[in-house]
Amino acid sequence: MRTLDALITESPVFEGLPPEQLELIAGCASNVVFGEGDRLFREGDPADVFFLVRHGLVALDAYVPNRGQVTVETVGAGEVVGWSWLVPPYRWHFTGRAVEPVRAVQFDAVCLRGKCDDDAELCRNLLKRFSQVLVGRLQATRLQLMDVYGDSNR
Amino acid sequence: MATATAEPTALGRGSMTPLPYRVVRTRRENHDNWTLELEPVGEAIEPIGPGQFDMLYAFGVGEVPISTSGDPELDGRLVHTIRAVGAVTKALCAAKRGDVVGVRGPFGNRWPLAEARGLDLVLVGGGVGLPPLRPVLYNALAHRADFGRLVLLYGGRTPRDLLFARELERWRGRLDLSVHVTVDAASSDWHGRVGVVTTLIPGARFDPAEAVAFVVGPEIMMRFTARALLDRGIAPERIWISMERTMRCGVGLCGHCQLGPTLICRDGPVYRWDEIAHLLEVHEL
Repeated sequence: MRTLDALITESPVFEGLPPEQLELIAGCASNVVFGEGDRLFREGDPADVFFLVRHGLVALDAYVPNRGQVTVETVGAGEVVGWSWLVPPYRWHFTGRAVEPVRAVQFDAVCLRGKCDDDAELCRNLLKRFSQVLVGRLQATRLQLMDVYGDSNR
Repeated sequence: MATATAEPTALGRGSMTPLPYRVVRTRRENHDNWTLELEPVGEAIEPIGPGQFDMLYAFGVGEVPISTSGDPELDGRLVHTIRAVGAVTKALCAAKRGDVVGVRGPFGNRWPLAEARGLDLVLVGGGVGLPPLRPVLYNALAHRADFGRLVLLYGGRTPRDLLFARELERWRGRLDLSVHVTVDAASSDWHGRVGVVTTLIPGARFDPAEAVAFVVGPEIMMRFTARALLDRGIAPERIWISMERTMRCGVGLCGHCQLGPTLICRDGPVYRWDEIAHLLEVHEL
């Protein structure tokens, strides 16, 4: 079984970080498991954690009156769930739900924000990496908004 | 502009005059797509290959270009999956077993399957872009040892818009084929992925240095997909897309499907990414 350190080191989002920074990050991490349908976090709650999905699928849901829970995105193995912990007021914008059994690394964002306050280089590296995640999600969302399959015969 | 290695075909009988074909089977694929299986009443057109299209004629209504979606190794029977969006396609989708439609074809070039032999083959379909890829998949599965990893990435608008649901389930059960499906929007009772098809590319298992990708879907989706495949490391000359424009004659005479220096019905519809990408950036075309 791979150690927590190895899981973090091998993940694309943390890949290439210096060992001392990986150690700081791993100090705020723990393994977690969720059953199908379990809620990882709820819209509006404090975003004091984020996750690296190891296995399974996490849905990001929003409640829409008269439509119920609508899934806006899913996040799978190797991907990061959560960036609300980076930006004040540190609250979840969506509800996270395990579509299927999920194994993940959970990061204590309060712990990590504290370490970032003391280590500008760590902060810079994390922001750089999470910016890439954010840009990827933004581009995907823009394409989603275009509703490209709506009118075309293809 | 003729692509370097897509497989062109000569025009044969049935390229100018529609030949009568009888509908022998219809299958409703989802709320607005039907698959028709057709057999010749008399004379048949030349065999159609993966990537090519026929002009299907609903008598008294009109004619539309539709890609083959059938198994290329099944002789004689034409298989076309059609989305009911306009007068002609609605008439075709309403056809019943025993009805007769006109067929001209086959037109256009084929997917360059020979280019993919020995390599990982990544198929990316968006919306009704899956039917033109299905013959490729049938072929690759029939000659499985000729390819490395076989990956199908399929994106739809919503779960109810997905095509070939039963076949997708069957393909998912195979150990020698990796199938990933996503939809752009879904309610929480959907147990699959939600997000655009490009989000499937980073996590798909293939070796970018040894892979070929075939992409079909709306043009904007193909552009984003090609970028994601390039980001993943696939060489531009190993990415192929299938283009669509308004096609009328099918034989390169009328010019309706012109895209800059190329006529899609004659030179395409399958193009190598590095040969066509610059034309997709010209808004006036």
